[in-house]
Amino acid sequence: MDLKLRKPPESSSLSSSSRNLKPDMPFVQFDSASLDHGVPRDQSFSEVFPQFVNQSRGVYVPETVTKNDLVIDWNPRLMLINLSFLEQKIHQVQDVVRSIISQEGHAFDRGNELAVQQQLVTADLTYIIIQLISTAGTLLPNIKNALLSTDPAVDRPDSGMGMNTNLSSGGGQKLNEILPQEVAKSCEYDELIKDFNACVGEGGELIKGLNHAGDELSESMPIDDHDVKDYDDVMDGENLPPGSYEVLQLEKEEILAPHTHFCMICGKGFKRDANLRMHMRGHGDEYKTPAALAKPSKEASSVPSIIRRYSCPFVGCKRNKEHKKFQPLKTILCVKNHYKRSHCDKSYTCSRCKTKKFSVIADLKTHEKHCGRDKWNCSCGTTFSRKDKLFGHVALFQGHTPTIPIDDAKVSGTPDTAQSSEATNGMVGNVGFNFSGNSPNDGQSLDIKSAAYSQGYFSPMNFDACNFSGLDEFPRSVYEVSESPFSFLSTGSCSFMQRNGEN
Amino acid sequence: MAETVGNLCRKMHGGEGFDTLTLDLFSRAPSPAPCSYSKPAKRPRVDGAVTMGKDEDRQNPFDFLSEEILFLILDSLESEPLSKKSFSLVCRSFYTAESCHRRELTPLRSGLLPAALARYPSVEKVDLSLCPTVTDTVLFSVGNCLRSSLRSIDLSRSKGFSHAGIESVVENCANLVEMNLSNATDLSDAAAAAIGRARNLERLWLARCKLVTDMGIGCIAVGCQKLKLLCLKWCLGISDLGVALVAVKCKQLRNLNLSFTLVTGAGLEVVLQLPYLEDLALVGCLCIDDGSLLSLKQECKSLQVLNLSNSQPINHAGLSSLLNITVGLRQLNMAYCCMVTHSLTSSFRKLAKLQSVKLDGCEVTTAGLKTIANACVSLTELSLRKCSGVTDDGLSSIVMKNKGLTNLDITCCGNITDLSLANITSSCTSLITLQMESCTLVSKEGFRLIGQHCHLLEHLDLTDNELDDEGLKALSGCHKLSILKIGICFKISDEGLIHIAKNCPKLRELDLYRSAGIKDAGIRAIAHGCPQLQITNLAYCTWITDASLRALSKCSDLNTLEIRGCPQVSSAGVVAIAVGCPKLTKLDIKKCYYVNDGAMLILARFSRNLHQINLSYCSITNVGLLALASVGCLQNMTILHLKGLTPNGLAAALLACGGLTKVKLNSSFKPLIPRPLLEHVEERGCVFQWIDKPFQVELESSEIWTKQLEEMRA
Repeated sequence: MDLKLRKPPESSSLSSSSRNLKPDMPFVQFDSASLDHGVPRDQSFSEVFPQFVNQSRGVYVPETVTKNDLVIDWNPRLMLINLSFLEQKIHQVQDVVRSIISQEGHAFDRGNELAVQQQLVTADLTYIIIQLISTAGTLLPNIKNALLSTDPAVDRPDSGMGMNTNLSSGGGQKLNEILPQEVAKSCEYDELIKDFNACVGEGGELIKGLNHAGDELSESMPIDDHDVKDYDDVMDGENLPPGSYEVLQLEKEEILAPHTHFCMICGKGFKRDANLRMHMRGHGDEYKTPAALAKPSKEASSVPSIIRRYSCPFVGCKRNKEHKKFQPLKTILCVKNHYKRSHCDKSYTCSRCKTKKFSVIADLKTHEKHCGRDKWNCSCGTTFSRKDKLFGHVALFQGHTPTIPIDDAKVSGTPDTAQSSEATNGMVGNVGFNFSGNSPNDGQSLDIKSAAYSQGYFSPMNFDACNFSGLDEFPRSVYEVSESPFSFLSTGSCSFMQRNGEN
Repeated sequence: MAETVGNLCRKMHGGEGFDTLTLDLFSRAPSPAPCSYSKPAKRPRVDGAVTMGKDEDRQNPFDFLSEEILFLILDSLESEPLSKKSFSLVCRSFYTAESCHRRELTPLRSGLLPAALARYPSVEKVDLSLCPTVTDTVLFSVGNCLRSSLRSIDLSRSKGFSHAGIESVVENCANLVEMNLSNATDLSDAAAAAIGRARNLERLWLARCKLVTDMGIGCIAVGCQKLKLLCLKWCLGISDLGVALVAVKCKQLRNLNLSFTLVTGAGLEVVLQLPYLEDLALVGCLCIDDGSLLSLKQECKSLQVLNLSNSQPINHAGLSSLLNITVGLRQLNMAYCCMVTHSLTSSFRKLAKLQSVKLDGCEVTTAGLKTIANACVSLTELSLRKCSGVTDDGLSSIVMKNKGLTNLDITCCGNITDLSLANITSSCTSLITLQMESCTLVSKEGFRLIGQHCHLLEHLDLTDNELDDEGLKALSGCHKLSILKIGICFKISDEGLIHIAKNCPKLRELDLYRSAGIKDAGIRAIAHGCPQLQITNLAYCTWITDASLRALSKCSDLNTLEIRGCPQVSSAGVVAIAVGCPKLTKLDIKKCYYVNDGAMLILARFSRNLHQINLSYCSITNVGLLALASVGCLQNMTILHLKGLTPNGLAAALLACGGLTKVKLNSSFKPLIPRPLLEHVEERGCVFQWIDKPFQVELESSEIWTKQLEEMRA
């Protein structure tokens, strides 16, 4: 699988692609960074081209270190500029292809010319794809997705560049040297460029080859719509042909085990290998060497040529390999989540709504972020996830009212203090109303409390003067007889009250 | 007015004709409309004096007065609650008439309300602001008794009710127009939703209802589309969304208060599109910034009153932008806002209708004031209270342009001299209110000019000025003076005060705080010359004796008396006041060391309207305090350093005084009073303030105080 073997003969495409890159230098700014992050080290890649990875890493490692912060400032405007540029480009290629089509009928003899044109188209497409990948890489986590997104470009091949370009056959190495320095910053990027040069050089063969991990090399044919779409589908639905990958099935216990990495010395378990490595440091100096602390490299351990997929141990599940429409799971994490979600009890309950249950704690957390907040209800029965949407709706329609959730109503102002003070005033019996908003328990406890009060200290008190205009309108006469407990005082508000009552 | 009823009775017994009497009554009552609420007439209508002839012996002659006449009498008694009460006690029919006639109820205790509502079925306005606790039960009874007659309810000072109570009021009283729920800090959206069902609501106050959110205000906005006034001051739960919905739904809004809310420029933009908005208060709206004001484009022509005080984030750029779109502005308040410079005030040019400008506490420049002078010519009110940078030059330029100025406040503008006064008095002859506390550079010449030119002056504040007897003599030329504040004027004496007494018979309020030169003769003259006196402050006028109080007791309208730190006053003086001034509501006798229990007993008997009293340092014991506790209206007491007071006596007094809302006590009492008792009193709506001040017997003499004042200024 050495790439160098596959590289097509030398051509002028190098110069074209390097020149093409120049107008849009803005790309460069985020290209490397995005690729570095957005494109995790894909297993298939490293599996397929281990040498390659090694090689490039050796060259570019120092630079990758500084790129972290670049990803933060992803600029949508810049992306838009890039995309529109690519659009133009695609139109140009379209024109070339149209011209090829128009020549098709009567140009059998000009096979040579056709070949040149094809190469020209592929060169341009290569460029477009690379740019698309780098653009998409800023957003998408997976290089595969990025690759997929390029297919519209490939769909509509054409010319436009009017170049005499023959496809680069100089191979990845050479391209690296010629490409602007900034573009070639990350090793992944290098890989890509090489891959694509290789792909294009093989006249599309390699695209398939790549994706099917070399198992299924179809016969050499020019890139056309059908071909690319096919490739697309394969990746999308994970419709790997049976037998093209290795199926692993973990046991239930293995899936549900809280820890997957265990210390060889003390047996302690860890969820992450990195944590285990940190733990190992405590067991002696031999574990503190950079080599021991380094992340075990995948290419070293894994077999490059085989794609691994997983099967659910639950018999009858669609994800179980026995199922006739078996759909494999991609990663171990997928297996874990799938098994918990589909075949385990939902033991995590949302603390807010008390109804939603989850078996994966991450799902619960996601739900809790939104739970309760998306209850913006209108009197018409419509619910909204956002308050401003509800208010927009209410503002628009006559008669629609925001609806207050019932729990809110219950919480609000309980008349407890009121009740007890009322009891001391001897007013409770007077007016027979229920406190509908109160739970019966509340009422009872309060009653007891207030009763205790009135018996203990305050029952004889009734100093209230009857007064309805904010003023006491009658000076008490000195000689008035008062029956209040403080009868030695001058007032007789109680007796006055009674007199009022008679009327 | 009590005599009116007495006269009425006498005339009727004496067989005098009704004609003269009724005519007399008609002339006094401007717009009687008794028929609308007259009950089925049990009594024959009065067709003159003829009908009563025969039955005179065996039937009460008052029964022959028709309801219309009784209502007319009651209409003319509207401003005299005491006489009205007397009226209702004349006979059964008078009592019924009074019950049907009363439109407003202001109870002292919410507990008595159900009974009172049964007596007054046609009450339209229930003001519960004197009741610290209003329970849901009370509100249920209000709703059930008054039904559709209730139009207004005030719960702004009450606690203890919930949304259930509000709901019952709203459900039962379909004609509710006005609702004040300010300070109901525990009311939530549920209550707001209940309010939203009051379809006819026009005025709503929700100040400090912090739990009400956009959802609640949304319900109100949709439900109460007739709202004309809405106060959302301190409603921190409400954001732009709620405010915007109010602005969209309540198109009738005239008056909107968004002070101290979190509303931003976006919300303001929608509010300014209200078609009839006249009065907008944006005090302390810290989320409105310059940037958002700059983007305002659409004119808000209806706006007349704008209050922007305490809006720190706004600068002159934003203000100018806002003022550019509010061209109809009449009143503008920019107190404590930003520096008043030329660039800011130049935007006043567009405000052709501007009448009132308040720049309290702002830093002003002379150029800024001059620009105002050039921009505004029809100002009637100007307040530069506590502004720094006010100069003779700047102030003069404004007053010379605005000859119609009636209210001028230049309190603490220390740089003002006689020059300004000369300009003010010469151009603004229609001045009604002049407040110039602490303008110490103004001399007797200035006061002479005031007395000479400002004959319409009614309110004059010269506290802490270099005023002397000569100045007072000059000021006595302002015959219409009703409020005169001449505290901290050490140079004035009885001589000057006698001039005031002779020439200002309409004086209602006199402040002589620490004007220590005043003696009994001056006060006697005032009491004699100004019988309408209602409020007087004689604090620290140490020469004052009982003789002054005896003289003041002739002013029967007196409702507020402060004689703090007048050590020569004794019980006899207080007794005289208590007996002579039945309307007394506020009394401060702190450090009147010779006032004792005797005074309290009399006070309790006669001053039944006492709301607030300060008794600190007096010679009052348990007995006096307990006596006082029987005053039903008493709400606010300060009881510090009473030697004869024991914890038990205090406890008994606190219990006995059911309407207390605020009590200041010495903190040493706190552990001595049973905890449950304090809790009980607090539950009734009383707030305790525990003061930990040392006992300080000696009065600071005037000289020491003055010296301290000087030091403070320096």
